[in-house]
Amino acid sequence: MTNTWQDIKNANVVVVMGGNAAEAHPCGFKWVIEAKIENGAKLVVVDPRFTRTASVADYYAPIRPGTDIAFLNGVIRYLLEKDAIQHEYVRAYTNAGLIVKDGFDFKDGLFSGYNEETHTYDKSSWDYELDEQGYAKSDDTWQNPRCVINLLKQHVSRYTPEMVSRICGTPQDKFLHVCELFASTAAPDKAMTSLFALGWTQHSVGAQNIRTMAMVQLLLGNIGVAGGGMNALRGHSNIQGLTDVGLLSNLMPGYMNLPNDKETSLDVYMKTKQYKPLRPGQTSYWQNYRKFFVSFQKAMYGDAAKQENDWAYDWLPKLDIPLYDIIKAFEMMNNGQMTGYICQGFNPLQAFPDRGKIRRGLSKLKFLVTMDPLDTETSRFWQDFGPQNPAHSADIQTEVFQLPTTCFAEENGSLVNSARWLQWHWKAAEGPGIAKSDIWIMSGIFHRLRELYRKEGGAFPDPLLNVTWKYTDPISPDPEELAKEMNGRALADLTDPATNTVTTKAGTLLDGFAQLRDDGTTASGCWIFSGCFTEKGNQMARRDATDPREQGIAPNWAWAWPANRRILYNRASADPDGKPWNPAKPIISWNGARWVGIDVPDYGPTVKPSDGVGPFIMNAEGMGRLFARDQMGDGPFPEHYEPLESPVENVLHPKVSSNPVARVFADDRAAFGSPKQFPYVATTYRLTEHFHYWTKHALINAILQPEEFIEIGEVLAKEKGIEQGGWVKVSSKRGEVICKAYVTKRIKPMQVDGKPTHVIGVPIHWGFTGQARKGYGANTLTPSVGDANTQTPEFKAFLVNVEKTSAPVAA
Amino acid sequence: MALTRREFIKFTGLGLAASSLGMLGFGAAGEAQAAAVRPFKLTHATETRNTCTYCSVACGILIYSMGDRAKNALSNIIHIEGDPDHPVNRGTLCPKGSALLDVVHAPTRLKAPRYRKPGGTEFEEVSWDFALDRIARLMKDDRDKNFIAKNAAGTTVNRWTSVGMLAASASSSETSYLTWKVVRSLGMVVFDNQARV
Repeated sequence: MTNTWQDIKNANVVVVMGGNAAEAHPCGFKWVIEAKIENGAKLVVVDPRFTRTASVADYYAPIRPGTDIAFLNGVIRYLLEKDAIQHEYVRAYTNAGLIVKDGFDFKDGLFSGYNEETHTYDKSSWDYELDEQGYAKSDDTWQNPRCVINLLKQHVSRYTPEMVSRICGTPQDKFLHVCELFASTAAPDKAMTSLFALGWTQHSVGAQNIRTMAMVQLLLGNIGVAGGGMNALRGHSNIQGLTDVGLLSNLMPGYMNLPNDKETSLDVYMKTKQYKPLRPGQTSYWQNYRKFFVSFQKAMYGDAAKQENDWAYDWLPKLDIPLYDIIKAFEMMNNGQMTGYICQGFNPLQAFPDRGKIRRGLSKLKFLVTMDPLDTETSRFWQDFGPQNPAHSADIQTEVFQLPTTCFAEENGSLVNSARWLQWHWKAAEGPGIAKSDIWIMSGIFHRLRELYRKEGGAFPDPLLNVTWKYTDPISPDPEELAKEMNGRALADLTDPATNTVTTKAGTLLDGFAQLRDDGTTASGCWIFSGCFTEKGNQMARRDATDPREQGIAPNWAWAWPANRRILYNRASADPDGKPWNPAKPIISWNGARWVGIDVPDYGPTVKPSDGVGPFIMNAEGMGRLFARDQMGDGPFPEHYEPLESPVENVLHPKVSSNPVARVFADDRAAFGSPKQFPYVATTYRLTEHFHYWTKHALINAILQPEEFIEIGEVLAKEKGIEQGGWVKVSSKRGEVICKAYVTKRIKPMQVDGKPTHVIGVPIHWGFTGQARKGYGANTLTPSVGDANTQTPEFKAFLVNVEKTSAPVAA
Repeated sequence: MALTRREFIKFTGLGLAASSLGMLGFGAAGEAQAAAVRPFKLTHATETRNTCTYCSVACGILIYSMGDRAKNALSNIIHIEGDPDHPVNRGTLCPKGSALLDVVHAPTRLKAPRYRKPGGTEFEEVSWDFALDRIARLMKDDRDKNFIAKNAAGTTVNRWTSVGMLAASASSSETSYLTWKVVRSLGMVVFDNQARV
């Protein structure tokens, strides 16, 4: 989230598209109701199903799963055609006026630079025209036809209301009404907030779905302002934290990148991370990358990370491919390329696509370790549970370790919420039996391995032998010590070069990342968390809920990264002169000497408005990007591509129907179904009574939603002779689910390119452990393909068939 | 005296028999009846501040446990409710959060390490030492066999691709940082968390 949960109440329009906040994030959704009641906000919901969020909306429009970009490109076309944009904002704060290189082009569904063999782009033409000093050329009058805004206009010109309706199945009048509501927030003092979740990410075009709305928000001047922003309503309690700390194949803590094979030394690695400003005088804050990197290596390796060994650069593993994501991992397992897998609080047999492939992959491992408070399906993949898990134990040679862990109520530590707040929590009781914390278990494995390498030697033990482990209790390090290590401290006396006086004594906890150095005199395990645990104490444990002007900031409750800033890009809440666009809800403003207000400025605190420094300080041009340069794998502008399994061809460019850079493994492609065999569009979703695959272990939730079902519209049910509560067989090319049907008015057939299209809803929550009844799991049906940028699986749009069937014996 | 709503409830709860009912005019009979009412359990419970383990709204919760944290008093969690002081949820919880107690005490909570032999049909309980010793041995043997120190071009790459890990997105940031240190110092690159789902 760019903004906070409570800040939603400041919105004039709330759009929920790509999510279902009322059911999936109920206690956050109350702030939408607050916006409606207290601020007269209009709630707009665009969704294939008439969800509970839709039931309290001021306006609902249906949409076919997987067509959000067509819808939103249509919105952009509307805004530009009606000139319903926030002109001053777009002109000053976005790259609308920058000039794009001559070589950049888009034709028949492909951007310039496409390589048919590798399914990738050479992105060198996706950039600005530069002048002699290396700055992007600009035309503030927007007359130049190569200006971003003009190329964008041209790109979206195909997305007429007729075309949007043809692709999305949304009636034209409904689409246009949504456009009008969005457009009303182009006024400088009006804001729209976008709330989204997995409904946008779980597509082969997931990242571009979100990016398209971000562009809408930039055009309307809704980023950085109260009641605005792009607000990802995230799933797990610390999914934000694990992303921040970089527990992803290609990441390091604080959004630094793990090196790749081509980056043969720290200097080569740093060459792509200089972030030289692309416009005069811009902040381009990533210019400090080297400070974050060296400080991280000092936290990781202490004295062993030295200037002479490039700060132990070679001790980091290097990637030969962009990602070893989970889809790739299971492909490798199926190909016999993996020996072992450790699942810490993660249940891939339920959570990853093409369950059959997941089961086959796990069966090929030599060993599997699960660490979980609960008895997960993954830990029992080898056991026969009937049709819901047909396994032949004797044939499966995998050694399995099921390790019991403590849960949230049995540990101290911090979690990062959607709004980037680090909140500390406290232990209330011991875990059951001899369950142990994840910290204890990981430390136990670490110490044993280190001991084995000390005794026996072996493959490159240096990083393992030198990683810092100076904890008071090395067997089970105290979470506070780990938090302090992430915050960082001075390793030597830090002096102010201007006055030559010591500002920070050696050993002192740092106040923030501005103090980090690249000479080895500071250490910080996660630079964006710097400031969370200072000499003043644990900032994450703060519980002062006071909220100036009750504007939804609560600056002294817990601590938010970065630098306790609650609204990202908040410089853009004021006009170029520093006066708030919305005087009723200012965030920061210029008082003649400095930036003041209710939030920490996302900007130099004394940088004068007349200096012309852009508000998007992490970007090299200082501006919000309507043209993404080379930052996306599938194009600098968003384009509509059909899901990999789609009922129709792409009417815009049938030859390039789906995302041309989606990575599809041959065996997965062979497991895609055609609309002839599988004529219905399916989409997975969550119920308000369940959280993923955990709550079926909790008695109350298992009683509330005891068994697997699908949701099917009345028209299709009648056509197929399916009764309310009757048994159905749902099948895809990959497997079948036998469960009950819930016949509903909430899903209605849509006219897509002149043909009626039916959508089936598949809730995800059932498996074969816990207290609810046994289920096959929605991932029995889903295809193994991910988003072209992130490899998030396409769970939200795929093809199935549905058939009436009889009740299973002994069900 | 400034009281939050929660403290107010606690305060009135403690003084129930002595003050509230008396003030309502029940007199001696009322007081006798109130004395017979089972004391409000939470007044004797230990209160711990925590965060709901499910979605990223991160509702503040109050966990009530029996036992005063004395050395031999084992805490037992008896009740969980929304924290009214929390600026986001203001005391509310959803159908998932309201049932947190049932997941803490789920019959399928794991209590001891278990091991399944190759080809086995059942789990068997094992000691922590057995499990961790064996895991470390399996990991080291594979790492020594399959670790890639240099690629075909002779570049130092120091990666290990044949053992992978999925990290837990409901564990704390402190756990995740320690996990990162262990995983990467082994050179592991097949490494992910729920951020992709």
